[in-house]
Amino acid sequence: MNMIPRQRQRLLVVGNGMAGMRTVENLLRLAPHRYDITVFGAEPHPNYDRIALSSVLAGEKSLEEIVINSRDWYAENGIRLIAGDPVVALDRAARTVTSASGLTLPYDRLLIATGSKPLAPPIPGLGLPGTCAFRDIADVETMIAAARSGRRAVVIGGGLLGLEAAWGLKRQGMSVALVHLMPTLLERQLDATAGTLLQRDLDGRGIAFFTNGQTEQILGSERAEGVRLADGREIPAELVVVAIGIRPNIDLARAAGLDVNRGIVVDDGLRTEDPDIFAVGECVEHRGQVFGLVAPLWEQAKVCAAQLAGDAAATYATPPLSTRLKITGVDVFSAGALAAADPADEEITFQDIARGIYRKLVLRGGKVAGVVMYGEVADAAWYFQLLREGTDIAAMRDTLILGRAVATAASGAAAPDPSAALAALPETAEICGCNGVCKGAITGAIADLRLTTLEAVRAHTKASASCGSCTGQVEGLLALALGGDYAKPAGEKPMCKCTPHGHDHVRREILARALRSIPAVMQELGWTRPEGCASCRPALNYYLLCAWPGEYEDDARSRFVNERMHANIQKDGTYSVIPRMWGGVTNAKELRAIAEVVERYGIPSVKVTGGQRIDLLGVRREQLPDVWRDLNAAGMVSGHGYGKALRTVKTCVGSEWCRFGTQDSTAMGVALERMTWGSWHPHKVKLAVSGCPRNCAEATIKDFGVVAVESGWELHVGGNAGIHLRGTDLLCKVSTPEEVLEYCGAFLQLYREEARYLERTAPWVERLGLEHVKARVVEDAESRRALHARFLHAQRFAQKDPWAERAAGADAGAFSTLVPAE
Amino acid sequence: MELGIMDRAGWMEVCGVQDIPRQGARVVATAAHGEVAVFRALDDTVFALEDRCPHKGGPLSQGIVHGHAVTCPLHSWVIDLASGEAAAPDKGCARRIPVRVEGGRVLLAASRR
Repeated sequence: MNMIPRQRQRLLVVGNGMAGMRTVENLLRLAPHRYDITVFGAEPHPNYDRIALSSVLAGEKSLEEIVINSRDWYAENGIRLIAGDPVVALDRAARTVTSASGLTLPYDRLLIATGSKPLAPPIPGLGLPGTCAFRDIADVETMIAAARSGRRAVVIGGGLLGLEAAWGLKRQGMSVALVHLMPTLLERQLDATAGTLLQRDLDGRGIAFFTNGQTEQILGSERAEGVRLADGREIPAELVVVAIGIRPNIDLARAAGLDVNRGIVVDDGLRTEDPDIFAVGECVEHRGQVFGLVAPLWEQAKVCAAQLAGDAAATYATPPLSTRLKITGVDVFSAGALAAADPADEEITFQDIARGIYRKLVLRGGKVAGVVMYGEVADAAWYFQLLREGTDIAAMRDTLILGRAVATAASGAAAPDPSAALAALPETAEICGCNGVCKGAITGAIADLRLTTLEAVRAHTKASASCGSCTGQVEGLLALALGGDYAKPAGEKPMCKCTPHGHDHVRREILARALRSIPAVMQELGWTRPEGCASCRPALNYYLLCAWPGEYEDDARSRFVNERMHANIQKDGTYSVIPRMWGGVTNAKELRAIAEVVERYGIPSVKVTGGQRIDLLGVRREQLPDVWRDLNAAGMVSGHGYGKALRTVKTCVGSEWCRFGTQDSTAMGVALERMTWGSWHPHKVKLAVSGCPRNCAEATIKDFGVVAVESGWELHVGGNAGIHLRGTDLLCKVSTPEEVLEYCGAFLQLYREEARYLERTAPWVERLGLEHVKARVVEDAESRRALHARFLHAQRFAQKDPWAERAAGADAGAFSTLVPAE
Repeated sequence: MELGIMDRAGWMEVCGVQDIPRQGARVVATAAHGEVAVFRALDDTVFALEDRCPHKGGPLSQGIVHGHAVTCPLHSWVIDLASGEAAAPDKGCARRIPVRVEGGRVLLAASRR
């Protein structure tokens, strides 16, 4: 027996995941000197945010961004981290654990936080190369690598994990099928209506669903080649992801003889039957319940840390749980009962299927017992608070389903000014659902620690540090506490006088908060002028169009006249009309049709443009639909010579005719224009293709210029011959026309996603640097493919000839002149 | 002066309020006032101005409407819809045309006074 008293007890933590490390963080706050702490982790990484793996897969965050505690943090806090070496044995008699590498360490207190394992169904073929789960960084790396080499993925499982995996793979550019055993998606979190809406929305985003689908076998002998369902259907794929659920990882505890059931059985103090061994997280079973969501884990971490710090009275009770789906732009929330369970229960539903909004409340004894929301979830926190606190809702029952603003106004409460509403929230109101942080904890930290930035609040309270959907509320609390002293981060120049926010901030918030309309952006981000102005409205319209292709409905009222009328307004109020000439190529039929239109409508002026097309000038507003109809009849469509859009692809004649031409630059230009026409951009975009380095198409002053050489194609970007002349930068050289198309689509998409409205490619490239563009478009093939795929996805909705729609009668009032009945 | 509900003498009917898009305008060709831009704000208030910007004659009917103002499509002057005045620092005034809404119909003054 060791006779020398030790000053500190030894705490061994088995598991370097979120629950275990949150316990350690809490413990360091409560009793910083009580233990010498050693942490074993099976994965070779520091502690990271497992919830955010979906965002990594979707390309929205990097692995570095999801690290919670870096290796430096362990060192600074005197914690020994043994990562990449799983614990394989626990000897309770000797009070030691042994790792896979043979390391044996003693403990005084042991914390088991081994988390969970993916459920692996007994499907033949599981385990072949090309199959994986969706659980850890290694799985995400497997999936991203597969997206690089393969085109098709099958995800098995239509729960939270499976859906986030499917969406992430879709964002990686794969074509994705999802197989789900049940008739509707997320059946444990959503009722059938919301599940059906979700399936409809994701189907619209290109995920193919096989519901009622039982996977019988994974096909392939050397590696996965697809799956076969019990009804005989086969789905080919190079990647099969199994995400049907998780089960507690209890192997170590069971082998050590601890009481286990589905999970490691713990009491209200998170203690196992061995008084020196605690357990937290997804590996435990408390009062018959096991866990898969983060909120109860944080509560366990709090209680367990208090117990370890000596507070024997700390008691855990599972809080009411709520669910959100982390798919950007898909808003789903549920909590409590999904449906009326007995005749005394009531259900209230609200639906606006056309707008994709559905909401259901389950009432029991005058209180909210369940909430299901789809499409519009701004009031989720409020409903959830009513549920948690058991608020008597009798006074607002009639309007409750219409949301907080209406219900509180109708019941005589204050008007729904967002900052007043935030100020009026009780201290106990939960702001951050991921980390279980209430308002009082945030305002307390701001006051006590004199915090002034969002980052500092995140660091000290964890609020807004996981999914980020409460960022606006946390900023609001900062603003309330600091008044005028609270300066937004970044320090970016405001978009216009209607808002203090800069372009980049607004774009990030549109994605982070899934804002889908101009009024929603203005409301959520606190626009000072409720309808904005002629400067911010077109910018917001573009940002929303870029963020939600196929979903956002273009707001013509927020378009500059040219883009609303699809023609270019001239100084006398007439318009110019420029039909598209693919790659600058035309023929007798088109020229004849143009000549006839000029004569038929008395068009005063005809001019050849710098972009190799023909401009008809002086067309009166009322004539436009007829002019377009006649041009359409000859096969010509809008040239978008009026838009912040893809304008022209200028070409030279190339190897088809020219004695110097090295490649068919004309055909290349036509192919580029076919791919890119109709695309909306922050500003106008011009392309050119030259057939040899003599560069007759002037490709090196274009936004994206291609110069053919003997061995392939040089790609140049960021040129401009406008007010500020700027020659292009050489991006790279490629060999095939297919590569030209892919690099072009990727470059344009990067510009679409990152440039500020009315910023041309030249200043954008200068602002972010050519290296940044190269990193995303040239060096990272996976990023390039994902960008290109997003460009093509958006084009599915953008490539509609606006002239044909209007010649057929759309928006007729805009072109006609009314005559009063006098 | 208040006009009786049925008293339409001196007014001409142009269209229904619904025929004008919210935050938008329609052009009316009149003998008395020339081309008139009839605006409908988001709050459904209806305004009428001569369809000429006091700056360089741009068609105000084609501008972006925000609140009770329109931004001219040619050079972005901001014109107050109620007064026709250009917002500072620009100076100028678009001619107002008397307009009223009755039973959802938009009426313009029949003559120039």
